[in-house]
Amino acid sequence: MSLVEIKDLKVHYPIRSGFWNRVTDEVPAVDGITFNIEAGETYGLVGESGSGKSTTGKSVVGLEKVTSGSILYNGQDITKKENRRKLDYNHDVQMIFQDSLSSLNPRKRIEDIIAEPLRNFEHLSKEDEKLRVLQLLDIVGLDADALYKYPHQFSGGQRQRIGVARAVATNPKLIIADEPVSALDLSVQAQVLNFMKKIQREFGISYLFISHDLGVVRHMCNNIAIMNRGRLVEIGTRDDIYNHPLHIYTKRLLAAIPETNVNQRAAHRASRLAVEEVYREQQDKYYDSEGKAYPLVAVSPTHQVALPEAIAKQLAQQESEVQA
Amino acid sequence: MWKTILRRVLIMIPEVIILSILVFLLAKAMPGDPFTGSINPKADPAQIHHLMKINGLYDPWYQQYWNWVVHLFHGNLGNSYQYQEPVTRLIGSRAVNTLWLALVTMILTYALALPMGVFAGRHEGKLPDTVIRVYTYVTYCIPFFVILVIGIWIFGYVLGWFPTTGSIASDTSGWLNTIGSRFYHIMLPAILGALFGTVNIVQYLRSEVIDAKRSDYVRTARAKGVPSKDIYRHHIFRNSLLPIAAFAGYSITGLLNGSIFTETVFSYPGMGLLFVNSISYRDYTVITALVLIYGILNLLGTLLSDIILSIVDPRIRIE
Amino acid sequence: MENATNFLNIKDVSTAFKINGHFYDAISHVNLQVHHDEILAIVGESGCGKSTLATTIMGLHDPAETQISGEIDFEGTDLLKLSDDQYNDYRGAKIGMIFQDPLSALNPLKRIEDQISEVMDYHSDLSKEEKHAQVLKLLDEVGIVNPQRTAHQFPHELSGGMRQRVIIAIAIACKPDLIIADEPTTALDVTIQAQILDVLRAIQKENHAGIILITHDLGVVAETADRVAVMYAGQIVEQGTAAQIFNTPEHPYTRSLLRSMPQRDNENDDLYVIQGNVPSLQKMPQTGDRFAPRIPWVPASAHEEHPTMHEVSPGHEVRCTCYQNFQFPDQVQKGSVTE
Repeated sequence: MSLVEIKDLKVHYPIRSGFWNRVTDEVPAVDGITFNIEAGETYGLVGESGSGKSTTGKSVVGLEKVTSGSILYNGQDITKKENRRKLDYNHDVQMIFQDSLSSLNPRKRIEDIIAEPLRNFEHLSKEDEKLRVLQLLDIVGLDADALYKYPHQFSGGQRQRIGVARAVATNPKLIIADEPVSALDLSVQAQVLNFMKKIQREFGISYLFISHDLGVVRHMCNNIAIMNRGRLVEIGTRDDIYNHPLHIYTKRLLAAIPETNVNQRAAHRASRLAVEEVYREQQDKYYDSEGKAYPLVAVSPTHQVALPEAIAKQLAQQESEVQA
Repeated sequence: MWKTILRRVLIMIPEVIILSILVFLLAKAMPGDPFTGSINPKADPAQIHHLMKINGLYDPWYQQYWNWVVHLFHGNLGNSYQYQEPVTRLIGSRAVNTLWLALVTMILTYALALPMGVFAGRHEGKLPDTVIRVYTYVTYCIPFFVILVIGIWIFGYVLGWFPTTGSIASDTSGWLNTIGSRFYHIMLPAILGALFGTVNIVQYLRSEVIDAKRSDYVRTARAKGVPSKDIYRHHIFRNSLLPIAAFAGYSITGLLNGSIFTETVFSYPGMGLLFVNSISYRDYTVITALVLIYGILNLLGTLLSDIILSIVDPRIRIE
Repeated sequence: MENATNFLNIKDVSTAFKINGHFYDAISHVNLQVHHDEILAIVGESGCGKSTLATTIMGLHDPAETQISGEIDFEGTDLLKLSDDQYNDYRGAKIGMIFQDPLSALNPLKRIEDQISEVMDYHSDLSKEEKHAQVLKLLDEVGIVNPQRTAHQFPHELSGGMRQRVIIAIAIACKPDLIIADEPTTALDVTIQAQILDVLRAIQKENHAGIILITHDLGVVAETADRVAVMYAGQIVEQGTAAQIFNTPEHPYTRSLLRSMPQRDNENDDLYVIQGNVPSLQKMPQTGDRFAPRIPWVPASAHEEHPTMHEVSPGHEVRCTCYQNFQFPDQVQKGSVTE
């Protein structure tokens, strides 16, 4: 059994209009997605803005009202509030946000910010709480004098580490990290990523790592799902996604990552433009008549792609021939 | 847009009903009655008892409320116990006075506040800004009625520039003189009201201008090579005035509420003075009618603000 | 680039900001040239002074709060000697600027058309109709599909990518010789980013403009720039062609940055972390190599007391002598010299 099993999850936002402001239509932010997160792994969820990846993340933490489908955590459906309470779910699952400044209360000191989840769940004595907070600050590499400062007195990277310290305070089993490093400088990003890996090794934490940055995701994740217009277009291992992508959208994302190899600049650009052209011209091959992605089909035990079965098999065949 | 306005008006109906019940009950909950002491200090308790009875004041509250509502729909708010005339006529004559006072106050408020706020924001940290800020802080610190009393003392008694009571001189004849006299009586309360009313607008506008000055779109305009004075004209002023414009709806009702102080201090015969008097005389019919009117005006002011905002700000569109 | 002329020559420019009554250098003694037909990338992390350099060239600082010294020679004129009014003849006309956050950089209450034609109001004699035609042409040039419609919209009605295209249209409206793009793609999705960079390159080719591309994203630099200047703590620490910087980086900071990037070959390793923090403006060391505290294993003798730029190959300059024999700690331990 996987730690988290997401089954046909749908989150639709209502559109209200008309005289009585009744719900007249819905926006499918998340439109039926299915994937599993194993204990101790980092699962990458990749997509562009508006793809529904953040909504998915919020649903897993229980911050979003789910329209249909289920999210099983250790076999229990946590889309139901009473299950979340029974499982102590909010203790086990924490979240790290992208914007560390706005997600930390500006009027609270760091001590109170980090201690907040402890106060909610652990009921420690004052001394034990302080010790724990100091220990957490130490883990994320901040000095004890940080305790009495306010969020705005820290740099972006330091604030992000405070966010991480708060998230790991309760020894969670799963952390949802929504673009945790996209606002950070390279050297600080490296620090936060290393640190996330370190606590994973030490505490066996699982991550749902939500990002638009395929470079970072490649570094962090063993299994990856690519999300587009509320649906998953491709699921696979790091090798499946980066070396054998099948869906045009995955290829398009990969082609758009800037390469640091200056010598290959022209070739890289040409291949990107070629992919863009296929994307523009072959929409109807990769998306159904309503412009939605097809249901996923498996092309290998680890690799699934959202295409009609025949096309998927054919593409997989071609891909393996090219590789051979 | 009309649909939304209509919907908002429809939503107001239950709000007004709840408001009227609350108002009615609160008025009833006040100790005392409208008759004791008003007819004759030595009036017989039995006679008061009789008056209470024929006026239905011993009926259960819902029955009294119901009677009141039925009359309301006939355009009849009852008779004032104090003045012995229909409440509608009584309020009608006073409302005109209040409306004039509020209008003049509002014009003066904006005429003073807008240039002050913009000027302070533009010259942030310099002498004019400091002077304007000291003015706003001082005005903010002093209670309104103290400002009124000091104003009357200086302009009314010491300098003797303005009359200090009433809405019109008693010996006025001819329509031109009437208007002149009315205006003359309005000036001092309006100026003092405006001095007080400017504080919030000046401070708000000043910080809006300062924010706009530092905004990214102003930086973009500078990068376009737009001269400083045009940046103020085309970008900063317009954008900072926007929330002030939206504020206008609320400020109208604010002025009506403020008139309670002004009219009392100036013995200016408007709705505010009537309200204060009615409370001291337990003139239930007038109190309930006035509170209801104030309540409805507040709701309308909010609606007005939302409508203004949707007109001036393209980001807010109501269908 | 044989015929390239350097029309922008930044000589020994320092910009200091007033903090609590004292002035502190945000950039110090910067020397840079920009040629026609090239994209010069200025790369560095937040606080390194790259945006300050951009706003200094644009003359966007409040003179009461800043002290600027040196010379910015733009086509024979020293921009730093101009009055604000004289500067306005350059801003928007000969120098265009593209800003980072496309939503806040546009006035929320004005239609797109008005915001673009505003540049022409001050720098051209075009009639109303001509300006309208020009707006549509510009929107088309930056890749907006339906210019007529977009021209009449307000900023909030557009997507992030479209807004950034509008910002670019404003910057190029008067065909400037120099375009300064400050993090033009940071707020955008990768696929949009690639498109925007394509637009920038196309404009540069067509107008023979020189572009200063300011970014923290080494990938964007590697894909787009002809030449690169790396900034750290207000100084340029290394500059050269893109190939020189990415193929044979010399300065320890450049090498550290490249090493801290997640790449194909370090998937399972920890990323390299640069020790310590960027010093704040008030605590900036005035002598010695500013990067020295972050590579503490390098002996003091390897640094210069007053680091200067050293040419390591034609066009490739590095600050301080510490780049010679520089090794990362793990390489020191293994005793291997090759990286």
